[in-house]
Amino acid sequence: MKAPRNNEPPPKGDAPRKRDAPQAESTATGMKVPGGRDMPREDRLKPPQWPGGRAQPPGASFHVIGRRNRKIEGLAKVTGRAIYADDIALPRMLHAKLKRSIHAHARIVRIDAREALAMPGVHAVITGRDLPEYFGIIPWTQDEQALCETKARYVGDAIAAVAADSEWLAEEALKRIHVEYEPLPAITCIDEALEHPEWRVNEKSSEGNLSKHVHLEFGDVDGELAGSDAVVGGDYWYEGSTHAPIEPHCCVADFDATGFLTLYSSTQVAHYLHRDLAKVLGVKAQRIRVIQPVVGGAFGGKSEPFSLEFCAAKLSMQTGRPVKILYTREEVFYAHRGRHPMRLCYRTGIRRDGTLTGVDARIAIDGGAYSSFGLVTTYYSGQLLTAPYRMSAYRFDSTRVFTNKPCCGPKRGHGSVQPRFAFECQIDKLAEVIGMDPIEVRRRNSIGEHTRTVNGMRITSNGFAECLDEVERASDWKRKFRRLPYGRGVGVAGSMYISGTNYCIYPNEMPQSGVQLKLDRSGRATVFCGASDIGQGVDSVLAMIVAEELGLDLGDIRVVAADTDLTPVDLGSYSSRETFMVGNACLDAARKLREQVAGTLAARWGCAASEITLAGGVACSVRDPERECMSVREAFQATEARHGTLGSVGWYQSPKLGGDYRGGTIGASPAYSFTAHVAEVECDPETGFVRVSNIWVAHDCGRALSPVAVEGQMEGSAYMGFAEAMFEQHVFKPAAVHHGPGLHDGPSLLDYRIPTSLDTPDLVSLIVESVDPEGPYGAKEAGEGPLHPSVPAIANAIHDALGIRCDRLPFHPPRVLSLLRAGDARAAWEKARGRVATAPVAGVGGSGAGRSGAGRSGAGAC
Amino acid sequence: MLCRLRVNGETRDCAVVPHTTLLEALRYALGLTGSKQGCDKGDCGACTVVIDGESALSCISIALACEGRDIVTIEGLARNGIPHPLQDALDVTGGAQCGFCTPGILMSAWALLERNPRPSRDEIALALSGNLCRCTGYTKIIDAVELAASQSAERP
Ligand code: FES
Ligand code: FES
Repeated sequence: MKAPRNNEPPPKGDAPRKRDAPQAESTATGMKVPGGRDMPREDRLKPPQWPGGRAQPPGASFHVIGRRNRKIEGLAKVTGRAIYADDIALPRMLHAKLKRSIHAHARIVRIDAREALAMPGVHAVITGRDLPEYFGIIPWTQDEQALCETKARYVGDAIAAVAADSEWLAEEALKRIHVEYEPLPAITCIDEALEHPEWRVNEKSSEGNLSKHVHLEFGDVDGELAGSDAVVGGDYWYEGSTHAPIEPHCCVADFDATGFLTLYSSTQVAHYLHRDLAKVLGVKAQRIRVIQPVVGGAFGGKSEPFSLEFCAAKLSMQTGRPVKILYTREEVFYAHRGRHPMRLCYRTGIRRDGTLTGVDARIAIDGGAYSSFGLVTTYYSGQLLTAPYRMSAYRFDSTRVFTNKPCCGPKRGHGSVQPRFAFECQIDKLAEVIGMDPIEVRRRNSIGEHTRTVNGMRITSNGFAECLDEVERASDWKRKFRRLPYGRGVGVAGSMYISGTNYCIYPNEMPQSGVQLKLDRSGRATVFCGASDIGQGVDSVLAMIVAEELGLDLGDIRVVAADTDLTPVDLGSYSSRETFMVGNACLDAARKLREQVAGTLAARWGCAASEITLAGGVACSVRDPERECMSVREAFQATEARHGTLGSVGWYQSPKLGGDYRGGTIGASPAYSFTAHVAEVECDPETGFVRVSNIWVAHDCGRALSPVAVEGQMEGSAYMGFAEAMFEQHVFKPAAVHHGPGLHDGPSLLDYRIPTSLDTPDLVSLIVESVDPEGPYGAKEAGEGPLHPSVPAIANAIHDALGIRCDRLPFHPPRVLSLLRAGDARAAWEKARGRVATAPVAGVGGSGAGRSGAGRSGAGAC
Repeated sequence: MLCRLRVNGETRDCAVVPHTTLLEALRYALGLTGSKQGCDKGDCGACTVVIDGESALSCISIALACEGRDIVTIEGLARNGIPHPLQDALDVTGGAQCGFCTPGILMSAWALLERNPRPSRDEIALALSGNLCRCTGYTKIIDAVELAASQSAERP
């Protein structure tokens, strides 16, 4: 743990740089931000004051926080008693199934459901005409219908739904719904989307197949690049992947005789689902209740409404009976919303002393058929790159296009995992060109704490330098890097991520998170909160905060979460916002009650409220804990006698943050987490097989409220990144004899390979605590940040091992083998070795650091 | 058709059709919803139960074919309401995040410990290789099985 360093000079110690910025220039498609206005001032922001507020200064001690507690719902899960959506069965419940398109792109000419409806046990069929209203998670890009009305846009797009007595019968009925299609040309890749604007995938697009275009420039990129000692260019391809939670999407809808709809759904955004249900069904929001049961994994794959929820609700309204829809595993692949495939081209400059200069990025994004979070994805692909390294000028140009494939969306590390891969590989190449250790290059450019990034994002606490130290030490980096025999290597990468965003999905001035807290005279507390626990453990975080503030045992706290009838709104589990925002709201509520309890006891014992301790079920004064002492239950009763029924509310609203330009709030977060990874690989140059043996993950999560949960998030993230690097490909087949284009390559957990316990490397998690001034007790996020460096750390390790640069995912044997055969890998490997050997680790690079350096080849190729 | 199953030491009757899987019978006919369905085709392991001492995928086992055999599900691991040491260890190490793979993982691990009370980490990883977990990266799950094995070794 480290203390906040006040007014420390920037790590590099250079004089503040000011340059003449080009004039502001707005174009129809993008925007140039005048460098003079938005370049960061190099002086530090005001350091934290630790106002008796949310964060507690480093060194504070706790009774519950920071201990290796069990999760409050853990025993229910290990004994099989936790209730997930598919475990719910209501009396008279029907089962429904969706009819899905067999074409990637086709006009729907006619749907004939008469034969299905005639089957005994079939109760209703609905089509796009029954649910014509458009919806979508981002209010400005609502382009989806629950069932396609006129056109199917990918193989698997939902067209009709049928409710029947059993799942099996519903399945049979699907075969008897006859759809007449008129196939249309299908767009299957980014280039086709751009070349054929006339083959319009999504009619809601403003122009051709364009989903979103963002161009932002901060400072004089071309000038910075021209003034660099070395410039490296590179083209990268990040393959698409999907979340594959083990629980498929499932919901149960129950529209009762009073016209009230209850929907149980495996979702991570009950509140947004509530809003969209009202919109699409035409039922008033106050007559809808959304309940999130225990969710069996999500990772971003359940963070917006899906067809099943609207269809189950509509069928329940039509039949007057409860209706369940459980997606098959195949359908989960069609629901998708996974990692966007991206083509990324970077040019990056560096000075001989290791200082990064200008960064120029061009990014093309394959969005699939609909918008989803695409507007945000497009911004995130650029906006989230500007830390942990200081860069003096930055430009990105990102274009998201529509294609006839399942829609991409926010997978863990939304939008920023792909550019992070490319950029961290760039840094590795630059380090090689100037002959400097790649950890040292990262250290020298670390942006530090309490500062602002080139695009105007406020950085508060920052433990990135410690993260680098930790992975360097734990991995024994100095003895391994460029020193292992051919075929073995280590690689490093770093990253940062948001802890929630101040960009609320629909504009409003209300809190982003609310909590109600009730104290019971039995000595129990109940927390009511809209937060969504998807396995990351936010329910337990709520309980821990209440236990810490009110001196209760964890077992004496009940958490009622994600039920729109009972709980105040929290926006949901996305953008790594839960611990930070819900935690702050809960702390707010708990502190209010604590004040009442402490005030009551202080009055009774004639001491100051600050002298009252509540811990471990006991309330006492610090002055005379032997005599001035009672159980917490008695303390609650005394407080209730004095103040009346005990309850409080707390909420969190993030401060207004971000750059002063259009889109400047997207990517702005009240706090950023930081991560560093070192990966170690063993490669077989004969077969191209790469085994990742170890990943060391150091993550700055502010204060670790629950170290077990933080480690779990770090390990799960590193695993998921590793999976994307080595295995996963969410890809589609070209047209063949028996099918048209755009057929999923293998929508099953056998064909879509996710790593098993035998594939997964040894994962070592190293928690770094930087204690953030605005987080609850100083906490920041841990759920998504630790994924980012996995992929580039592995790519860089493969280079250390074999002398090849894996710029395309995944790094499977065919790819590695073709790279080994393409050039003289061994010579490149020896050359890389020579560079570090001849340059002292902490010194300035050798004379080879010319601008004609290594990888210029790719520059400007896209 | 009537199907008579011996589950967790109890004999239970349920109505099935010939293609009803053991998983469907357990979950929908007998109310034993602890066993999970993640793929329904033998790929994920969430539905793992133990049949005659061997871990088996209940989603690709036909219910009628399991008559007369000894079936143990996640509901049968705890004794008299006290969690099995494996369950407790998984809770302590944080090996259940979303918990959806957990029942299957525990059944595979239990079958392993029944035949090999002191497995190595590699043996544990091998025994769990048919159970996909998307949350944990497996580290804490393997820790839990090791912990449970060492605890039962300490007991007299
Ligand atoms: S549900 Fe049986 S293996 Fe997946
Ligand atoms: S804990 Fe979620 S899949 Fe294993």
